[in-house]
Amino acid sequence: MPKKTPFYDLHEKAGAKLVDFAGFEMPVQYAGIKSEHAAVRERVGMFDVSHMGEFYISGPEALDLIQKVTVNDASKLTEGKAQYTCMCYDDGGIVDDLIIYKLFDEAGYIAVVNASNIEKDLNWILDNNSFDAEVKDQSDDTCLLAVQGSKSIETLQKITDLDLSDIGFYSFKMGSLAGMENVVFSATGYTGEKGFELYFDKNHADPEKVWNAIMEAGEEFGIEPCGLGARDTLRLEMGFALYGNDITKDTHPLEARLGWITKFDKGDFIAKEVLQQKKEEGLKRQLVGFTVEGKRNIPRQGYEIQNTDGETIGEVTSGTMSITLGTGIGMGYVAKEYAAEGTDIQIVIRNKTADATVSRPPFIKK
Amino acid sequence: MSIPADLKYTREHEWIKDNGDGTVTVGITDFAQGELGDIVFVELEPEGSEFSQDDTFGTVEAVKTVSDLYAPVDGEIAEINEALEDEPELVNDDPYGEGWMVKIKLSDPDQLDDLLTADEYEEVIA
Repeated sequence: MPKKTPFYDLHEKAGAKLVDFAGFEMPVQYAGIKSEHAAVRERVGMFDVSHMGEFYISGPEALDLIQKVTVNDASKLTEGKAQYTCMCYDDGGIVDDLIIYKLFDEAGYIAVVNASNIEKDLNWILDNNSFDAEVKDQSDDTCLLAVQGSKSIETLQKITDLDLSDIGFYSFKMGSLAGMENVVFSATGYTGEKGFELYFDKNHADPEKVWNAIMEAGEEFGIEPCGLGARDTLRLEMGFALYGNDITKDTHPLEARLGWITKFDKGDFIAKEVLQQKKEEGLKRQLVGFTVEGKRNIPRQGYEIQNTDGETIGEVTSGTMSITLGTGIGMGYVAKEYAAEGTDIQIVIRNKTADATVSRPPFIKK
Repeated sequence: MSIPADLKYTREHEWIKDNGDGTVTVGITDFAQGELGDIVFVELEPEGSEFSQDDTFGTVEAVKTVSDLYAPVDGEIAEINEALEDEPELVNDDPYGEGWMVKIKLSDPDQLDDLLTADEYEEVIA
């Protein structure tokens, strides 16, 4: 039986189409992907992403554990800040990408991981915990709502005692939401728009009250509940990687365009030497974004990427029709010599080839 | 979910309307359009194309996924719905009406008897 988030009944009531995703019955869409996508790009939308995993990492050596298992430099985090990072296996393959939050009052850290990887990630962290640090899986008790779009601040400001205007990108504060205390307001998201991810304890929450309060506050701005379908088209327009598609255990952060979070100067971490060696040897392939010519050429995961001579140079890892542009966009790994911006490539779409161009995301200009 | 009683159906989620003049009109069901989500284009084989039952006669591309269209009967495409060229969303909005896809000239009218009734189709998607 798939799990249900605390908002399940509300999704049903709102007419959502529900699908099994990562062991959860999740809304894939309500009114439709196009309408939900536009709501977030132009106004505001709300996503239930309570299926995501949350681990609390605390104790005197919590930072040492995080530094060992992640590639970014968590020592740079101050209280109230968040950091995008990833974990690697010994061979450099990616375990998961995640966000680390440094909590206030020396309470430790929260690691937020992908729903499909919760068990695997927890085991990986525990297996590597040779430190005086405690790791607690709070995933089943944590609600997560993402309110995204230019009107998200105005929407949420009505129902909180915090001043949301001074929470910078990748920062967070704790405050009240619709009368409920201890809510994490994190200025993060997966859409490319301004917005907040709101974490709170399921056991102290009235899901219906919170959901309805946000919908009511956003009503004047045309807020829409949004599903995983729009979440995917929004992230893809920004070129954000998705674990399982664009990053997997068979890809490493350097070729996945995650060199910017891989900090070789931070001290030792898992896969440091392997990655350093790969960097010195030079990358064989790279994750690139591309745009496809023509209105009717939509790339999909698994489609072949060719050079202009028709030779295979890679494979599409994510693709969709950009709802903002009305044309096909995607990402995929190509041999290094084809990774430069502007390179002409071809995508094989149902036995026909479509012209495409390597293009650095985001695909839409903000 | 609408499943009109006067139409025939296939397991591939297509509906077939007997026009009584040796042609049938074919489209996809309300269930199918709901599963696909927002449809962004419909690509159909040109008028005059001939095919056998279960051959592909087109594709429906939605934001999230792409799906082939399978001929419910042997025949020849007599007409395609030109309106879908500019307004593919008609398939979402009115799957049994303005969202029709092709008219097929039947090679073997007896094949209609083997298609699913509305009740049988309802069981397929139950």
